[in-house]
Amino acid sequence: MEQQIVKVKNKRGVRVIPGFGLSFGVTLSMLSVLVLIPLASVFVSAGRLGLRGFVDVIASRQIVSGYIVSFSCAFAAALVNALFGMILAWVLVRYEFPGKRLMDGIIELPFALPTAVAGISLTYLYSDQGWIGSLFDKAGIKIAYTRIGITIAMVFVGIPFVVRTVQPVLAKLDRQYEEAAMMLGAGRARIFFKVILPELFPALIAGFGLAFARGIGEYGSVVFIAGNIPYKTQIAPLLIMAKLEQYKYEDATAIAFVLLLVSFVVMLIINSVQIYMQKFSRT
Amino acid sequence: MRQKKMNLCSRILVVLTVVSMTVLTGCGGNETGASGSGDGNREKVELLNVSYDPTREFYAAYNQMFSEYWKEQSGQEISVTQSHGGSGSQARSVIEGNEADVVTLALAHDVTAIEEAGLIESGWIGEFDSNSAPYTSTIVFLVHKGNEKNIQDWNDLIKDGVEVITPNPKTSGGACWNFLAAWAYQQEQDGNDEDVTREFMKKLYQNVLVLDSGARGATNTFVENGQGDVLIAWENEAYLAMKEYPDQYEIITPSVSILAQPSVAVVDSNVDDHGTREAAEAYLEYLYSDEAQRLAGENYYRPSKETILQELSGQFDLDMNLVTIDDFGGWDEAYRVYFEDGAIFDQIYEE
Amino acid sequence: MQDQVEHSYQHDIVGDDIHSIRKVIEPHRDDADHAIKYILIGIAAVFLLVMLIMPLTVVLINALRDGWQAYKEAVMDEYTVRALQLTLFATVCAVAVNTIFGVFASYLLSKFYFRGRQVLASLIDIPFSISPVIAGLIFILTFGNIGWMGDFLKAHDIKIVFAVPGVILATIFVTFPFVFRELFPVMNAQGKDEEEAAALMGAGGLMIFRRITFPHIKWALVYGVVLCTARAMGEFGAVSVISGHLRGKTNTLPLHVEILYNEFNTTAAFAVSSILVIMAVVILIIRSFIERKRKI
Repeated sequence: MEQQIVKVKNKRGVRVIPGFGLSFGVTLSMLSVLVLIPLASVFVSAGRLGLRGFVDVIASRQIVSGYIVSFSCAFAAALVNALFGMILAWVLVRYEFPGKRLMDGIIELPFALPTAVAGISLTYLYSDQGWIGSLFDKAGIKIAYTRIGITIAMVFVGIPFVVRTVQPVLAKLDRQYEEAAMMLGAGRARIFFKVILPELFPALIAGFGLAFARGIGEYGSVVFIAGNIPYKTQIAPLLIMAKLEQYKYEDATAIAFVLLLVSFVVMLIINSVQIYMQKFSRT
Repeated sequence: MRQKKMNLCSRILVVLTVVSMTVLTGCGGNETGASGSGDGNREKVELLNVSYDPTREFYAAYNQMFSEYWKEQSGQEISVTQSHGGSGSQARSVIEGNEADVVTLALAHDVTAIEEAGLIESGWIGEFDSNSAPYTSTIVFLVHKGNEKNIQDWNDLIKDGVEVITPNPKTSGGACWNFLAAWAYQQEQDGNDEDVTREFMKKLYQNVLVLDSGARGATNTFVENGQGDVLIAWENEAYLAMKEYPDQYEIITPSVSILAQPSVAVVDSNVDDHGTREAAEAYLEYLYSDEAQRLAGENYYRPSKETILQELSGQFDLDMNLVTIDDFGGWDEAYRVYFEDGAIFDQIYEE
Repeated sequence: MQDQVEHSYQHDIVGDDIHSIRKVIEPHRDDADHAIKYILIGIAAVFLLVMLIMPLTVVLINALRDGWQAYKEAVMDEYTVRALQLTLFATVCAVAVNTIFGVFASYLLSKFYFRGRQVLASLIDIPFSISPVIAGLIFILTFGNIGWMGDFLKAHDIKIVFAVPGVILATIFVTFPFVFRELFPVMNAQGKDEEEAAALMGAGGLMIFRRITFPHIKWALVYGVVLCTARAMGEFGAVSVISGHLRGKTNTLPLHVEILYNEFNTTAAFAVSSILVIMAVVILIIRSFIERKRKI
């Protein structure tokens, strides 16, 4: 495929599909104006600390524990979301049943609910006095004000990402391969893992990555359900707020910079996989 | 042919981009027009009062009162826009460019931060009576009706099995007062032995179940989600919680507490830009009038004018032993010693 | 999404054939399929109930806790209405800008090979991964008093932060990649063979997009717009940092909710949140209506 393009390109001296210049220009200029230029301020601000100061800030014990809480909970939440998001997308695409439209409809609602309201409502449900929390409390499991609670808030804010990334791809998936596999006598599990999953994988990990990144940065809903106890349930964005409260913009942006870097790397890996898979499946 | 179409396409796009940019900057233009131009002789004056969270009802009523008063005094219409949020982040927004004419915040420390940014002239604290604090409050306990754990004073909070809810002083300016009040109590008990006091504070914060990011969040954790046995809260907020949930809670006043003095100040550089100095100063001055002082009392703030405060002796416990921030060497000193990164509050959570 | 309609005519016939053949050769398989189907639907339903429906129920119950009258008062309040207007305005701006961007960016990244595609795609995703607090802060560090453009803006009397443009910028920022994220996987999965063929046959850019690319992505576009709208309406953190909370001026609905809540006005806070829930439901109904229409 790659070679073919090169050939065509060489012969005509241009790319085959028109619009490269235009879409490149538009993409880059909008991205720069709306995202990159404002974002540069983070680097400028964090840069004022100097390397030494920067390391001192981000390596302090409290901050590191904040990262650990944020990353581990976001990771767990993204896993939960990937699993249930996949099931949801599957059910919504493949099956017909009463209430399907409703189910499909409410997936985006977590986005529309202000995160603070979501946090308050979730805490209400999952505290040891709440409807759901009290059930778990009997089994001796505390949810609100622990890391489990943080994870639940992150699941809530992240679920639409997975469902809505997997769903369109699953819907577009050509069933002929599955049916062919079935005709050849493959079992259900085998068909799913060997035929369907590879096709969905790029979308699934894209959804995973988005949910993960969203979880890392989430503040509004998590502060209510987290106990915010230092070294235990304090998330990194809360520490950013604490720094801002002391007017330490540089420190705050330094912490943010690390979060940003981690999610950027995660996104980069995911996008590489996605683009690689596309090439791979088409050669 | 293709070239032509592309040109059309890109032209549409350029137009769209230009339009969206103009919309954005256009709004900017409008906004500036609204917020302040012209001189002192205008028919209508606009003020922006940047305040902290639970003062809304008070200022909503006060703005009404003041605009009538001002109309009488100067013949001008006045309209006051309110802004509420956490005290620290509100102060930050003023530093960052929120063009407040006056600030009415929870701590002097926050006003000092604006002063340090060069927006308020130094000496603001002497500008108005009572250290520029027209109303005050103090720190009390809110417990469940019946007070099962029999919580009467600070030393009851460190007992085993008592669960305490208080916000985090590092994210909530108001919560600094909670910490300092407890500190002051233990200092009085043990004659200023700092090690004992630290130990006391450590035990206290070990009993803290949830360290919410703000005062309102802590109240919610306590009243809505039923966490903990006692909430350490500002007196006015404790009353608000009692009002919203009648007959479920009671207020306990500890033997020692702190006089919380929310500070007010005119933001000099903004009023000079807007030409609103006269109105802004009158706005804050009028807070000390008898009517305004009574209004503060109705909103559960302690009026700083002694005569009005005495009128309200039925409402407030006036026999409490209240230390002031001066006993801690002023706000900036207190903040440095107790709440800065690596200071005492961080130390009691180490290991 | 029910995409069978878009499958080719020929494919449907083949599919039916396979089904009937399968039924003959493996009759027992259907029962197990059914069991799996209901188990999966069950899991999905329980998950949604616990994670989504119950929190929303909490919102509605609390909104109506003091009765219908109190609810109406909170919703009809002057400041609520103004906050609603601002929220709608910001949402429309954000959706428009991000749709334009999303279409161009996903076209670029899925139809052309060039160096640094991965990096570009990841840069577009950055707003997802930024803590909303920081998202607001970057505009303050850029356009605010302490920002590097602050003096310039002040000299020209342009206000961006703590004014409506700031609110809009923050909303655009946090929802920036949404449309792109929905379109990109679909365009990617579709590949570019058809576009290439069309181009070789001499079709122009606009024509290719309209006739070939667009039909493939229109449902993903609807999703993207819906997601973007929902997220823009509900955005809290970034806007909260940049708005200055000027009541009646720069307060969006989510901010208004927070303020009411902080004033110990819990019922009103939940009542106002329920407006957001209702708005989201309306959008979703519209979407589902469009989908149904397309089926007919």
